[in-house]
Amino acid sequence: MGSPVAERSQSPRLDSKVPSGRLQEKWDIYKNSVSLVSPANKRSHHILVVGSGLAGASAAATLAGLGYNVTCFCIQDSPRRAHSIAAQGGINAAKNYPNDGDTIWRLFYDTIKGGDYRSREANVYRLAQVSNNIIDQAVAQGVPFAREYGGMLSNRSFGGAQVSRTFYARGQTGQQLLLGAYQALSHQVSMGRVKMLPRREMIDLVVANDRACGLIARNLITGELERYAGDAVLLCTGGYGNAYYLSTNAKNSNVTAAWRCYKRGAFFANPCYTQIHPTCIPVSGDYQSKLTLMSESLRNDGRVWVPKDPKDSRAPEMIPEDARDYYLERRYPSFGNLVPRDVASRAAKKECDEGRGVGETRLAVYLDFADSIRRLGEHTIRERYGNLFEMYERITGDNPYKTPMRIYPAVHYTMGGLWVDYELQSTVPGLFVLGEANFSDHGANRLGASALMQGLADGYFVIPYTLGAYLAGTRQSDQVTETHEHFATVEEEAGARIDSMLKNKGDKSPTQFHRELGRLLWDHVGMARNRTDLMSTIDAIENLKEEFWERILVPGSADRYNKNLEFAGRVADFIELGSLMARDALRREESCGGHFREEYQTPEGEAARDDEAFADVAAWEHTEQDPALHLEQLSFENVHLTKRSYK
Amino acid sequence: MIINLRVWRQEGPESPGKLVDYTVPEASEHMSFLELLDVLNEQLLADGEEPVEFDSDCREGICGSCGLMVAGIAHGPQKRTAVCQLHMRSFKDGDTITVEPFRARAFPVIRDLVVDRSAFDRIITAHGYVSVTTGSAPDANAIPIPKDTADEAMDYATCIGCGACVAACPNGSASLFTAAKIAHLGLLPQGEVESPQRVTAMVNQMDAEGFGDCSNYAECEAVCPKGISVAGIASMRRAYMKGLLSG
Ligand SMILES: Cc1cc2nc3c(=O)[nH]c(=O)nc-3n(C[C@H](O)[C@H](O)[C@H](O)COP(=O)(O)OP(=O)(O)OC[C@H]3O[C@@H](n4cnc5c(N)ncnc54)[C@H](O)[C@@H]3O)c2cc1C
Ligand code: SF4
Ligand code: FES
Repeated sequence: MGSPVAERSQSPRLDSKVPSGRLQEKWDIYKNSVSLVSPANKRSHHILVVGSGLAGASAAATLAGLGYNVTCFCIQDSPRRAHSIAAQGGINAAKNYPNDGDTIWRLFYDTIKGGDYRSREANVYRLAQVSNNIIDQAVAQGVPFAREYGGMLSNRSFGGAQVSRTFYARGQTGQQLLLGAYQALSHQVSMGRVKMLPRREMIDLVVANDRACGLIARNLITGELERYAGDAVLLCTGGYGNAYYLSTNAKNSNVTAAWRCYKRGAFFANPCYTQIHPTCIPVSGDYQSKLTLMSESLRNDGRVWVPKDPKDSRAPEMIPEDARDYYLERRYPSFGNLVPRDVASRAAKKECDEGRGVGETRLAVYLDFADSIRRLGEHTIRERYGNLFEMYERITGDNPYKTPMRIYPAVHYTMGGLWVDYELQSTVPGLFVLGEANFSDHGANRLGASALMQGLADGYFVIPYTLGAYLAGTRQSDQVTETHEHFATVEEEAGARIDSMLKNKGDKSPTQFHRELGRLLWDHVGMARNRTDLMSTIDAIENLKEEFWERILVPGSADRYNKNLEFAGRVADFIELGSLMARDALRREESCGGHFREEYQTPEGEAARDDEAFADVAAWEHTEQDPALHLEQLSFENVHLTKRSYK
Repeated sequence: MIINLRVWRQEGPESPGKLVDYTVPEASEHMSFLELLDVLNEQLLADGEEPVEFDSDCREGICGSCGLMVAGIAHGPQKRTAVCQLHMRSFKDGDTITVEPFRARAFPVIRDLVVDRSAFDRIITAHGYVSVTTGSAPDANAIPIPKDTADEAMDYATCIGCGACVAACPNGSASLFTAAKIAHLGLLPQGEVESPQRVTAMVNQMDAEGFGDCSNYAECEAVCPKGISVAGIASMRRAYMKGLLSG
C-alpha cells in the first residue's frame, strides 16, 4: 500500500475546491463568483438524474424549475417509493424557533463533532446554512409537520443534541418530505420539463472526452438496455448498507450505480464508514429478509439492560432489580441511555459477545419502559410511542407495554460514498453525486435527523449553483449523442455481463451469495474490526467472488421482469464493494465514529482516534490491479479537535 | 408450520393466468408473508422452476410497493396492515392461502403478482401538488396553522399509494387515493389556494385512467393499511360538483 510518508500526503487528484474566505462567507463568495447559465441555454442542457429519493427528487424538481431539461430514473414503480420514504424520526434545521440557543454555528459544530472530525468543514457549514431554507420549502409544498397548539411548528430534541432542532411529521418524516419533493417533481412532469422513467436501473456510466456524458439503463419490465445521453449525470442513488444483506434499508437499495461509476473512474471515499443503529428489532430466523428500525427516540424513555447472570433464564419481568445490569447507565453516567449510536451499538454487542444476550437467539438486549410507564402513566407513553409499540407488536407478537422490547443493532446508514468536491462533483467531470451516495458531510458517524437535511440541501440548494458552474464551462462540441461509439461499447459490456449470469446455470441463488457476503461483513467489517480478521475477510470475499461467477443461478431470461436477475447484478457489485470496505477498514489504523478497530482503543475500551496520522479522507481509485489509494487531508481551521466523551 | 399456497401465475399482460398450488413445508409463525414467498421462491429456484414475481421494497408498511390479494382480501386478513407487515402468526398450520395480484381495469398485470400502478402517478401529476418552485418560500412559521388542522391533513397525507383501495372496490374506483391527496393539500393554507383547479384536474384524470365511480361501498377504507377515512371522498365530490357548476 505504498510507504507511510507517501500515504499521508495530499493527493493532487483530490482538489476539494473549497472557496477561500471566512468559513461563514465561503458559500456566499462561491455563489457571488460562480458563472451562470442563461435561461435560453438552460433549455438546451439535458440533465440525467438517477434516483428519486430526497436528493434526486429535489434536484430534478429544482433544476427543471430553473428551465433545464431533465430525465429522472428510479428502480421502483413510482418515484414516491424511494427508500427515503422510510425515514422516521425527523430533520434538523437551525431555525432556533424554541429560542433555546441554537445557531448555524452550533448545528455545524455538532455535525462536525458527531462525525468525529472526519468531514470537511466548509461542506458541513454550508449544510447548516441552508438547513433553514429546507424547512421553509417543505412547508410551502404542504408538508404537514407537527405543530403546537398556537399553530407554530413543533420541535424535538434528537440523537442527544442539547437543543430542540428536529422537525418531524409523526414517525413518518421521510415519507412526508419525500412526498413533498415527489409532488414538486410531478408538478415539473406536468409542465413537460421532467421526463420521469420509473422501473429503470442504471447499470453503467458512459464517459467520453473525459466527461460523464450518459448512461445505460435496463428497463426492468421489458429487459431492454436503453441509452441516455446528457450534459451531466447526477447520481442520487442512496447508500450501500445492503452490502450486509440484513439492514434497515429497503430491499432495492443497492450500490450498483455508484460501483459502475467507480469502475469508470469515480473515486470511492471512506467505504469503511458504516453506521450501525442500536435500536432495531433482532433477527428472528434464517428467512429474515430485512431489519426494522425502532426510532431512537425510544431511548428517551426506555432503559437498556441485560441480566447480570448469563444463565438467568427467567422472564424479564421476574428478574429483580439487583439482578439486572443497566450497563449504559453504569458505564456512561452522564449520558446514560442516550449515548450516541455507535457507542450504544458497541456496548450491546459487548454484552451479547460476553454471553449476557437475551431471547431465543441470545443476540438482543432489553429496552424496558416499565419505569416510564410507572412514572408517566401508560397513556403518556402511548401518546409518545404508540405507533412504534404497535409496529413492534405486529412484528414480534410481544406487547411492549407489558414486557420489555428486545433490541439489537443493525446496519442503517453509510457515511462513505463516491468522493465529491465542494461542488458535489466526483473525480469524473460531469458526474455529480448527491445524498447518501456521496461521502461528504457526515465524516465517520452521522447524527440523527441529518441525512434528510443533507439529501434535500444537496438537491434543492447546492446543485442548482454548482451544476451551472460546470455547464457554463462546457462547450457545445463536448456534447455527444446516443450514437457515439462509447454508448455501443458500454451497452455491449453491460449486456455481456447479464448474459453470463443467465447462461451460467449454476446451483446457488443470488440470495444465498448475498447472505454469505452479509455474514462476512457483519462479523468482520461490522461493529468491531481487527487486522487479522480484515485480512482473512479480504481473501474470503475474493473467493466468494470467484465462486459467484462459477455457481450463480439466475432463472428465466433477460427480456422481461426478472427480480432475481436484478438482484444477481447487485450482489455481484456488493461483493466487490465488500472487499474495498475491508481494505479501507484495514488501512485506517485508528478508531473513529462508526469505525472501531479493536487494536486502537483506550484502556477503558473507548475508541482511540489518531488525528496525527488519519485526519484524512481515503479515496480509492479502481485499477486493473489492487485499488489505488488517494488521500485528501482534512484541515480544521475553525474547530478544535476534541475527544468525544460521554462518560 | 406447513402452509399451502395457491398462487396466481401469469407470464405477461396479454397471457392468460392461472392459480398454481405450492407447499412450503417449513414456514415459521415469525416470518412475514413476503418472507414466506421468499422461501417459496428459493425452493422453486432449487427445483429449477421460475420464482413468483412480486413487488416489495421497504417491507415495513410505508413505501406502498407491496400489494397482494391474500385469501381474497387486499393486504390480507389483518386490519390496517400492509401485506409486508402481515406475519404468519395470523395463519394456522396446514392453511391453504390464495395469493393474487391487485386486480383493476386501471392496474394491468405485468407478470405474476406485479401490476402497473402508474395511473396513480398520473393522477398526482394532474395536480396533486402545490405549484411552488424552489427558493420562493416564505418563513416556515409565517402562516400559523391550527394543530387540529395540521393533524387532520397529516391523517390524509399518510396514504402510501399502494392501491389496495382500488383492488377492494367493486367498481375499481381510485376515489380514496385521490380524495386523500385533495384533502391533505386542501386543508392547508399553502394548498388551499389551488383547490378548485386541483379537484377538477385530479378527478378528470382519475376518470380518464379507467377507474370506476364511487358507490359508497366503503370497502376501500376497510382494507386501507393507513386507515384513510372515506370522509374525504364526500368532500371531494362536493368540491368537484361546485367546480362543474361554477366552471
Ligand atoms: C429506517 C430508516 C429510518 C431513517 N430515519 C431517518 C431520520 O429520521 N432522519 C434522517 O435524517 N435520516 C434518516 N434515515 C436516513 C435517510 O432516510 C437516508 O439517508 C436518505 O433518505 C437517503 O436519501 P437519498 O435520496 O440519498 O437516497 P434514497 O432515498 O435511497 O433514494 C435512492 C434512489 O435511487 C434510485 N436508484 C438506486 N440505484 C439506482 C440505479 N442503479 N438506477 C436507477 N435508480 C436507482 C432508487 O430507486 C431511489 O429512487 C433513515 C434511514 C432508514 C433506513
Ligand atoms: S388510500 Fe389507503 S389503500 Fe388507497 S392507496 Fe392510499 S394507503 Fe393504499
Ligand atoms: S414493501 Fe413497502 S409497504 Fe410493503
